[in-house]
Amino acid sequence: MREPSPHTEVFGILGEFEKAEALVEAVGKARHAGYQRIEAFSPFPIEALDEALGLDDRRVAWMTLAGGIFGGLLGYGMQVYTNLDFPILIDGRAHTPPEAFMLITFEMTVLFAVLFSIGTMLALNRLPRLHHPLFGVDSFHLASSDKFFLLIYGDDPRFERGAAERFLIGLDCVRVDTVGHTEEPE
Amino acid sequence: MTDDTAAPDRSDPREGPPQEGDPRRDRYAAITSEITGIPLHYPHRRNWWILFACSLMLLTLFVVSATVLFARGVGVWGNNIPVNWGLAISNYVWFLGIGHAGTLISALLLLLNEHWRNSLNRFAEAMTLFAVVCAGLYPILHLGRPWLFYWMAPYPNTMEIWPQFQSPLAWDFFAVLTYLTVSVLFWYIGIVPDLAAVRDRSKKRRQQVLYGLFALGWRGSARHWQRWRQSYTLVAAIAVPLVVSVHSEISLLFAAGPIPGWHSAVFPSYFVLGAAFSGFAVVSMIAVCLRHALGLYDLVTPRHLDLLGKLTLATGLMTAYGYFAEIFDVLYANEHQEVATLYDRFGGDYASSYWGAVIANFVPLQLLWLRSVRRSPAGLFLIGLSVGIGMWFERYMLLVTSLYRDYLVSSWGPYHASFWEWSLYAGMLGVFMVPFLLFVRFLPVISAFEVKEALFEDTVEARDA
Repeated sequence: MREPSPHTEVFGILGEFEKAEALVEAVGKARHAGYQRIEAFSPFPIEALDEALGLDDRRVAWMTLAGGIFGGLLGYGMQVYTNLDFPILIDGRAHTPPEAFMLITFEMTVLFAVLFSIGTMLALNRLPRLHHPLFGVDSFHLASSDKFFLLIYGDDPRFERGAAERFLIGLDCVRVDTVGHTEEPE
Repeated sequence: MTDDTAAPDRSDPREGPPQEGDPRRDRYAAITSEITGIPLHYPHRRNWWILFACSLMLLTLFVVSATVLFARGVGVWGNNIPVNWGLAISNYVWFLGIGHAGTLISALLLLLNEHWRNSLNRFAEAMTLFAVVCAGLYPILHLGRPWLFYWMAPYPNTMEIWPQFQSPLAWDFFAVLTYLTVSVLFWYIGIVPDLAAVRDRSKKRRQQVLYGLFALGWRGSARHWQRWRQSYTLVAAIAVPLVVSVHSEISLLFAAGPIPGWHSAVFPSYFVLGAAFSGFAVVSMIAVCLRHALGLYDLVTPRHLDLLGKLTLATGLMTAYGYFAEIFDVLYANEHQEVATLYDRFGGDYASSYWGAVIANFVPLQLLWLRSVRRSPAGLFLIGLSVGIGMWFERYMLLVTSLYRDYLVSSWGPYHASFWEWSLYAGMLGVFMVPFLLFVRFLPVISAFEVKEALFEDTVEARDA
């Protein structure tokens, strides 16, 4: 999801919750209220949150599969190619014996599946990214400890600063912060 | 294992003592500060420095031994023809085996959704990394011209030749390199969220910058978690067959040599299980030490030690089956040279390595049938140590008792490790210890967010039930 550009009024409004359940519930209510551009933050993965946000991104899994297939073909192809390119005749052994090639083929399958998997995960998550407007919020460091956060982005079609703040306060929220931009509009 | 999971120990980290307010939330914060507090405010610095100084001395010994080796050639070792694989290759197999338990604990138990792994996986994976580095160094050092080891890689070169992909040496290259890469990546993506937690808690600028860089800007967004989890689980699923393939590859490497005693069909599974066996033994030792040194009594509980003891016992018994199967195999086939090699193992010049392996591996191991021994840190540590030594004897025995007397009397010859082989081995322990101690000192040794996740899921399950 693209983040709001510096042209919007604020980056977003951030609500802090004490409990994971409260966050899941708040996400459901926010989507019900018509907010589409929202993000939740938690110190550990919560499965119910994926459902509440309607996250159904399988690209990492597909890219892992693609990486495995690519690596397998590359590994096998490399061995066939090199053995035909520089054939060594030893007591009538075949140039391209599948049995002897399987080990490296398997290793290459694994290697590329893992590289693609982690590479895709990082790329889709837009990591590494060392700065982010959220890091400017005082209490946000608790997102890696024991607090749960809901962010309504400033470019949500229904976004209106006061209304968003009031909406979050109405949601069993212990604290509401405004997240400012870190960049100047161009 | 399942029985124990059903009746968890009271001191289990996920149980959490009932407290005022919301006990679970207090636990989250307590777990975070306990684990992330270690790198930020390390306890017992003096002990750490003493250990680190000893390890640095071992590392220096490694550098000296390797320099001597490079300067004067493999002749400084006791290797000869017929015994051209001495300590170097037996230590290679030993170190690689130790590494396997880390991946198994981490990946297999993640897939099985066993929450108790969370207290062990991080340092078990770190153990894997450094053990694989040690293992990987050995075949390179063992090459006559180690600086040309990259010839194993297929790259376009002016000689217009390629590596021999049907050679076990090329298999080694790919297997170890893949295993190392996958272990590093699996460990790293597993540690990123905790690095973010350390970054968020650090007060000094230098720490904030360093942890911040390695945390990659992780902020725990639900979208991040969702993709992270897919990737983490898939890599785990791939890592399990990888472990099996890497150690089977070593047994294939043996089988590729026309040497009696290396052709039993039980070898691949026996190697993999023996590897896991030695690895679990070393994980037990590390768990006991870290728990004591860092005061992690409520995260690594007697229940964890108990489970580690059970795993060691189970893999040990499977390894014992390998010993029997091997003997049966030889006697059943009744092939002359194979039988002669078997008797050489029992009573030949190197019989001490065979009996050393049998005794150190399986005799103290039987104590693990007792629950009280499994739960006793000292008992588990000593048995782990015994198994570590026993498995070392086993690797040595497998190599030397086969090689020193093969088919032709003309190719019979003794082997004795030289001073420089032993010093390299001692130094290699430094290669393992130095990065491991740095890891203990500067990184979260236990997966904080996974412990919290397990705590959360357990409470949700308890509520729904």
